[in-house]
Amino acid sequence: MQRATGSYSTQTRRELLKMLPLAGAALLFTERGRQAGVSLCDWVAATTFRRRHSATAFHDRDVTAFERFPLNSYLADDPEVDLDDWRLEVSGLVSRPGAYTLDSLRALPKVVQNTRHVCIEGWDVVGNFGGVPVAAFLDFVGAAKDARFLEVACADDYYESIDMASARHVQSLLCYEMYGAPLTRGHGAPLRLVLPTKLGYKQAKYIVGLKITNVLSSKIGYWEDRGYPWHGGL
Amino acid sequence: MRRARLEHPAVVRLCHWLAVISVAILASSGLEIFAAFPTFGDKIPQVDLFSPPESIRLGGWLGGALQWHLSFAWLFVGTGLAYLAYELPTGNYRQVLISISERHGLWPMIRHYFFFGPRPAQNETYNPLQKLAYTTALGLGAALMVTGLGLYKPVQLSWLVSAFGGFRMLRIWHFAAMTALIAFVPGHLVMVALHGWSNFASMWTGGDSRG
Repeated sequence: MQRATGSYSTQTRRELLKMLPLAGAALLFTERGRQAGVSLCDWVAATTFRRRHSATAFHDRDVTAFERFPLNSYLADDPEVDLDDWRLEVSGLVSRPGAYTLDSLRALPKVVQNTRHVCIEGWDVVGNFGGVPVAAFLDFVGAAKDARFLEVACADDYYESIDMASARHVQSLLCYEMYGAPLTRGHGAPLRLVLPTKLGYKQAKYIVGLKITNVLSSKIGYWEDRGYPWHGGL
Repeated sequence: MRRARLEHPAVVRLCHWLAVISVAILASSGLEIFAAFPTFGDKIPQVDLFSPPESIRLGGWLGGALQWHLSFAWLFVGTGLAYLAYELPTGNYRQVLISISERHGLWPMIRHYFFFGPRPAQNETYNPLQKLAYTTALGLGAALMVTGLGLYKPVQLSWLVSAFGGFRMLRIWHFAAMTALIAFVPGHLVMVALHGWSNFASMWTGGDSRG
């Protein structure tokens, strides 16, 4: 092998300089750099989302027992919704805004499905959920077809926002029944979101308001405002 | 100007150190993520396996750890792709990937390293045992990317989840691959230490090829 004709130290210095791009990794050590990385994840998740790809539907025998379906933080924060006075406030880009009763949701075609609920913590359960598809309800209230986001208000201090492609996914439900019975307080009575294509924190409970919009408010979601990714798609 | 052939081309050196950075961040933030649900079983009842020490976790809480994990995953995958893009067309992979025909050289090397056997003759940059270790580490890196992608998008990539035996199994595979890759590090560091400063420096400057 031919030796270098340039001096050894010159070559060494030149080769060391080639390692300078390593300093670029320092960008990811800043909060903004990491947020950019997460935003890139969200963007890829949104653009590769397959509207017609369904999450696995399970047999009844694979459904987790009701007592073993986690309630998460309910015991600490029961919003004590008055079920008799409950209304769903619909606003934003809709032709029929207003307050909707639970009976008006129940009057729409009902879908029952066994789907997996995946928590960002890493656990998963299979639940039995009944309700009206979000898309059917949005059409019922005359939501703009090209609207981009669905904002969800809750009776407790929780709030969410969902991209419309995921909200209108065929398995996305405004859920008022679990395991064949009306939603219990622990599971978000009287109405919660069930989104088999999203992580659990996107599936708000104790829903009291839906807003169809093209512009997200400054508060994009309870956990998202504390650092979780916004898309949260599975 | 004619130059010495380098043992480690610049791209390989860059990729090596980028991988060191990203694996360290991904493993420590991954342990913080694991700590949010430190088991592979049911949520109810939950039987925790162990709690990783705070000192080796990164992110402070699940959300913070996910930001580290999801951002450095880009660096890890990008590094892997850059490495492939260099190794495949140049044929440089033959220096690190073991081939089936080299399997006979493994036992003599093991005898030499661990049982005071004679040092086998070597006419390549790396001996078969070294190549097996590097091949395994690279394979584990690829496995971590694939299983991580499946955990991130288990609905979109449901076929991938099925191929690994389901969502919970995939978590186990991801964790096992991380453990195995980390287990490679001490042995690697011992070998570098045994070979001395110039061996370490060559991963920065390129060094001369002994091949």
